[in-house]
Amino acid sequence: MSITYLEAIREAQAKLLRDDERVFIYGQDVGGTFGGAFKATKGLAKEFPGRVLNTPISEDAIVGTAIGAALHGMRPIVEMQFADFSSIALNQILNNAGTHYWRTSVPVPITVRLPSGGTKGSGPFHSQSMESIYAHYPGLIVMTPATVEDAYTMLIEAVTIDDPVVYCEHKYLYYHLKADKLPAEGLPTGNARIAREGRDLTIVSYSAMLHEALAAAEQLASEGFEIEVVDLRSVKPLDTDTVLASVARTGRLLCVGESFPFGGVTAEVISRVTSEGFHLLDAPPQRINAKDTPIPYHPNLWSAHRPSAKSIAAKARKLLRE
Amino acid sequence: MLQTAQRSSETIKTKAGPHERFLEAFRWMLLARTFEEKLVSLYRGGLITGGVYIGKGQEAVSVACGLFLQKGDIFAPLIRDQAGRSAFGEPLVDVARTYLGSRQGPMRGRDGNIHRGLPRQGQLAMISHLGAMVSVTVGALMAKRFKGEKNFVGLSCIGEGGMQTGSFHEGMNLAAVEQVPLVIVATNNHYAYSTSNEREFACAELVDRAKGYGFEGYNLDGTDLSACLDVIGSAVKRARAGRPPQLVVASTLRLSGHGEHDDASYVTDEVKREPFAQDCLKRAEKLIVDLNLVDAKTLQGWRNDAAAQVDQAITTAQKEAAPDTNEDWCAISNRALVDQAP
Repeated sequence: MSITYLEAIREAQAKLLRDDERVFIYGQDVGGTFGGAFKATKGLAKEFPGRVLNTPISEDAIVGTAIGAALHGMRPIVEMQFADFSSIALNQILNNAGTHYWRTSVPVPITVRLPSGGTKGSGPFHSQSMESIYAHYPGLIVMTPATVEDAYTMLIEAVTIDDPVVYCEHKYLYYHLKADKLPAEGLPTGNARIAREGRDLTIVSYSAMLHEALAAAEQLASEGFEIEVVDLRSVKPLDTDTVLASVARTGRLLCVGESFPFGGVTAEVISRVTSEGFHLLDAPPQRINAKDTPIPYHPNLWSAHRPSAKSIAAKARKLLRE
Repeated sequence: MLQTAQRSSETIKTKAGPHERFLEAFRWMLLARTFEEKLVSLYRGGLITGGVYIGKGQEAVSVACGLFLQKGDIFAPLIRDQAGRSAFGEPLVDVARTYLGSRQGPMRGRDGNIHRGLPRQGQLAMISHLGAMVSVTVGALMAKRFKGEKNFVGLSCIGEGGMQTGSFHEGMNLAAVEQVPLVIVATNNHYAYSTSNEREFACAELVDRAKGYGFEGYNLDGTDLSACLDVIGSAVKRARAGRPPQLVVASTLRLSGHGEHDDASYVTDEVKREPFAQDCLKRAEKLIVDLNLVDAKTLQGWRNDAAAQVDQAITTAQKEAAPDTNEDWCAISNRALVDQAP
């Protein structure tokens, strides 16, 4: 038996609905017999009547409603149909949920699921990676699971956390990634994971780019380089310690992210390593992101827009020569 | 003495007669007006940082919002709702604490002025972005329904300015889709900051929108306290009884600037002569005097009482420590998950 990343997300939600009567799912097309644009809630409305609810196309009000429900004892899970559309709900997520605990001492336990990242042919408005925006603002936890196991355990953890969680699930991984079974427990959020050990260079990545980084490491292994790959798992909190420990072993750092290049997670990692571990570096740290244009529609353009195993390997080779 | 900290919900539950309710409402209005006049003088004296936003001219609408809500209800006041907040049960000292930044206030100096609330007691803490609290109220009501609670209602305040936001529209529509027991009290005070109705909306009557949302809608003269108690009280009653969501649109004039930094010089003399420009507090007082509901001595006693309560609240808050920079700089409750940014 094998289970996909998408099925893990569905199973996590089924478990949450089963185990915790405070949980309900709220979003566009999540209910009825449809079960979501990507089927992440397939069958759940039938299994849990009245707890998996379709909404109008009202991202702002969907999140506002989740905030109100969370303040009064519920544990809502919001599904944004695409991460891109969460821009409509930025006000509620950043200004309302994100400020609430600081202002009032009352936390807002909502989980907002963002089907994130690029897939072929999806274009500028169905491909975005929003984690850097959410991580920039105070008051939110931002998860970016890259494996089937993390997709499952981190979503369960997200709902149990008393604070607002933005859970960035990658659409490209939905069907591509499979595991034999689901774990009972996972590494707690805030802990990065060494996805591959090495000694020549550290690649820090997360979400779908982790797999491009691992593929690049595999290519480079055949050329005699041992690349260490760190999976951040959550971008906020960011596990700087694990990254620094890795850089201490390798002396070289390359950060890979799928979001736009200005600022963001990769810049943050480099900033922290440079200021806290400058002495560990044998070469200037580097990063690769998507290009600073909207995300293109045509597969040829799209595959050149985002980092790939090939472009990561090329950048790594250059860095290894420095 | 009218204790703000112990809102007399018993008065409501024992079905106070219309005169008693009118007089109780008047006293909350008087307290709010007295308190806000004090805030203005503190602001002018440089003792309040940031801004002061008062509800002068809107006390009748606001008090009716707070007065008909009970423990277990949800109240989402906005910036001109001092009267309603007090009537709902917000201690006056907490308002003083929030304006003065006391560490002992509900916001502990982290947020100020009208951006305050007691979410655990059902009073939501507004954010500045208008319209946002409508859907939050809807969610709170859904939570109560999920938990099997009965006989609750939510009331969310808005102005005609906030009614033009997308967030308000989404919230209204969702409230009707979810059929939650919600009352929206919209006060058209004729100005969104400096912008008058002509540049705010183009429909004949804002209340006409109720039908489009699937709400029941009512117009209200917001300067008439009796009408406010009647119309808002009835709307709360209908929502509580399971009728569709209710929209009340009250007409008033904002008898102040947007905030105290604003001299409101854009409000023309012509507008000030409109019927909606009447001062609801003066109207209510005139009625009390004309009908001889209480004598002059009692009325003066109420004034003195309000002034004493205000002084006590301000004096208490002024004695308390301001926040210092030894703050707990954590924006999330889970300490293990705080990001260790340099």
